[in-house]
Order: sequence, then structure tokens, then C-alpha cells
Amino acid sequence: MRLSPATSQKIAVTGLWTLAAVTMGVLLFIIAYVLAHGLPYVTWEFLSQSPHRMGKEGGVFPIIVGTLMVAGLGVLIAAPVGVITAVYLTEYTREGKLTAVIRFGADCLAGIPSIIFGLFGFVFFAITLGLGLSIISGALTLALMMLPTIIRTTEEAVKAVPRAYREASFGLGSTRWQMVTKVVLRSALPGIVTGIVLSIGRSISETAAVMLTAGSALGLPQSIFDPARTLALHFYIMSREGISMSKAFATAAVLILAILLINLLAYWIMRRFVAKAR
Amino acid sequence: MEAKLQTTGLNLRYGQFHALKDVNIAVPPRSITAIIGPSGCGKSTLLRCFNRMNDLIESVRIDGQIKLDDVDIYSRDMNLNQLRRRVGMVFQRPNPFPLSVFDNVAYGRRVHGMKDSSGIGQAVRNALEATRLWDDLKDRLSMPALELTPEQQQRLCISRLVAVEPEVLLMDEPCSALDPIATGHIEELMAGLAENYTIVIVTHNMQQAARVSKQTAFMLLGDLVEFGPTNRIFTSPADKRTEDYVTGRYG
Repeated sequence: MRLSPATSQKIAVTGLWTLAAVTMGVLLFIIAYVLAHGLPYVTWEFLSQSPHRMGKEGGVFPIIVGTLMVAGLGVLIAAPVGVITAVYLTEYTREGKLTAVIRFGADCLAGIPSIIFGLFGFVFFAITLGLGLSIISGALTLALMMLPTIIRTTEEAVKAVPRAYREASFGLGSTRWQMVTKVVLRSALPGIVTGIVLSIGRSISETAAVMLTAGSALGLPQSIFDPARTLALHFYIMSREGISMSKAFATAAVLILAILLINLLAYWIMRRFVAKAR
Repeated sequence: MEAKLQTTGLNLRYGQFHALKDVNIAVPPRSITAIIGPSGCGKSTLLRCFNRMNDLIESVRIDGQIKLDDVDIYSRDMNLNQLRRRVGMVFQRPNPFPLSVFDNVAYGRRVHGMKDSSGIGQAVRNALEATRLWDDLKDRLSMPALELTPEQQQRLCISRLVAVEPEVLLMDEPCSALDPIATGHIEELMAGLAENYTIVIVTHNMQQAARVSKQTAFMLLGDLVEFGPTNRIFTSPADKRTEDYVTGRYG
């Protein structure tokens, strides 16, 4: 039996709508569930105090600081390296074996489980380089994990910049570097920022890799060479070791809200920039 | 009259494809020279030799000589950035940068190292006056260039070139994305600019070539078939192929 075009259209729309709704529904349910269980315990004291009795009491202030330091430092390392690599791959080399190998390498890196990165970071940064369990070891490890995402998204964004802009810039006698910095990166910026935001989200919620490299100290870190605990790891320890489910959910709620805030902030900055440029 | 641009035995190949065959042409200064011919005849390729835009394409091989004021532009000590400053290009589709009107016109100056902001401001004003955009846009210099009309965008692209004070303007079908009225305006503008610049225009539109240019080159399959005063090319062409083309028998 053949369906009429109108019927198949109806079926397709219903099917697509249902699947999209299920996806969104599951996502919203998870977020709502965590927030419902966590938010009642998120008080000013929880945000501003240090944990007591291994986290059973008190708050998560040093852990928020540790999370921001590890993830922030990681982005500060990964973003320039990733963007420069992507610019090199797209603007400064001709497509060949070397670029194919680098791209393949980046894609493979993206698929490696984070615990492997953690193990590498532990052996290489913490022990071989003598950085110990510290914020810098954790940040370097997270930077390695972020690189593939940043490289690939930047590459796509840079490739999408119209050829006409490049020709116009060359036609006016600019050097390649001037063309890249003044025209290409400017118009690729929204795409680049999106990639960086995605990788911030990934690194802020990373658990296994930071456990092995940044440690799980509860004190307020004084420098990047101190160990620290991140929110995701704190949540893991609170729930896994049965210390306090309410503190665990409160931590998870803070983590979700933090990611939401970072995303909103990044999009806001981006929209402002785009509005200015267009 | 001394030629501004001169090619001698110019051959260009894309891989196996022989795109320009032994082209000899001498472009006189401060006038408009049109290059006409059917699609794929090599007219844009020839234009892109004059500012070495073809260098950007892989697998291009060029033999022969191109002189700008008696200096070989393919010689080793030619500074490519300086060459492109002297020989600017207007493209088929208006391609302003996604920046403000001001930043578009100032781009070339800044790229060539101008820092002082009153100097840049003056250069922008002069360039916009030269293309008669100043009166329309003087209060809207910070608006995004992509919000201008297509004609204004193409004028802006010409201003952007004029701002770096080039000697030659290469125009690659500059009106093909514009409506007839805008096309007329751009042609008027070109006539004015020809007092100060050497203009080479590639066009599909034979009427346009006849209207604006002082001399016309007809190209076919990579050959420069005929080059001479526009009037003569259109009224009494020496070559049968030129005659067939300008009378619309093919192309």
C-alpha cells in the first residue's frame, strides 16, 4: 500500500516531533530532578563556607574556586593552542598527508576516554614533570582533552569564512597574517567561541581526569601548584562514599547552574560581538 | 604613449589546461580598457595575472613577462603586497568585509601601516568622496557595510581600493550582480575615475564595453584575438571571429 504524500508528511512530522519531545523531556527531567533534590540545600552558607567533616557539613566554596581555576586555566591553555593549530591547518598549509595525519590524530584524541587522559596526566605532568597533584597538572590534562574539540570547531568556522573576504584582503595588499587576524578570525569568532564554550562545559564537569591529576584536597587552593577538588569530583565522592546525598545533590545543582551561566554569558558576549560586526 | 601594463608572450596553464596562449597586450595609462569574450575564454584569468591573484591557486604555471611601468611583476624582488596596493581589484560580487563602513575603507590604509587616526579619517573621507558615497554615508560611517544596497556595497569596495591610492583598478565584471540602473551609476563612476586611474574591466556585457571603454580586447579560447580602439573593434573588426562575436553570432 502506498501512502499519499500528505499522509506520509503527517507521519513524518508526528514522528520527528515525538522523538524531539522525548529527547527534550528526558533532558529536562534530569535537570529538574537534580535541581529539585539539590536546590533546597543551596544556601548562601553552602556557597560561601568551607566543607567540614569531609563535606558532611559546611559548604563548597573552596571547591567552586578549585573548579574555576582548573577549568579556567585549562581553557586559557587550550584555546590559543587550538585556535592557532586550526588556523595553521586551514590557512598556512596545503591539504596533504601532514594535515590529514594531524586531523586524524585530533579525531582520535576526541574519542579517548577521560580516565586515560587522567592516567597520562598523572604519569606525565604529576610525576615526570614533578608538578604533583595540582591545579596546573589538572589544567594541562583538561587542555589536552579540550584541544580536539577546539581545533575541529575552529577549523569548521574558519573554513566557512567566504573566499571573497580573503580575496578582497589579498587584493588590497594585505599579508596572510593580516588577513587571518583582521578578517578571518573576526568573522569566524562566533563559531570559535561556540567550540570553546562546549569544551568549557566538558572540562568543568570532568571527573576522572581531574581526580588523577588535581587531587581531591578540600582546602582553599592558594596557587596553581596546590591540589584542588572540583565540583564534579566532590559530587562523586559525596555520593559514592555515602557521605551526604543532600550535599551531593546541592553540589550537582551548583554545577548545572554554573554551566548554564557560563553558556548564557558566552552567548551574550558573542551576540554583542556579532551585532557590532555585522 | 607608454604602456602602463604590458604582457609579452604570456602563457598560463592550470595543470594541463592551457588558459592563456601567448598573450601580448599593452594597456595605456589613465583610460578604460575592456576585455570581452565568451565564458571560459581566459579574460578573468588575464585580469588576475596583473595583480598576481593567480598565485593563490595551486598548479598554476606562468611563462612570459608582465610589466608594470617597465618593471617585471613576476621578478623575484617584486613585493607582492606593494604590487597589490598599486594594482587593486574589484570583484564580481560586492564583497565588503563584515565590518563597519569606516573600517572597510580604512582597512587598506591600516594594512599598509597607517596608524594616525586623523590621517585615516581623511583618507576614508577622500575615498568615499571619490566614489560619491560620502554625502549618503557621512553620518552612518559606523553602520555595518553588509546593510548597504548592492550598488552602495560595490561603490564601497571601489572606495576601499581608492583609499590605498592605487595606480591600476582591475574590475572583474563589477556590475554583474547589479540592476541596470545601478550598473549605469557604476559606469558613470568609472568614467570619472579614468581621469586618475588606469582601469581594466572584464565584462560579459558588450554594450557595457562599448559604452565605457576606450580600447577593447577580444579573447577566445585563451587567445587574444584582437585589441584596438573600442570604436573600431565594434564597427570594423579586422578578424572574422571578432566580428562574429560582436555581432552576436556566438558567445
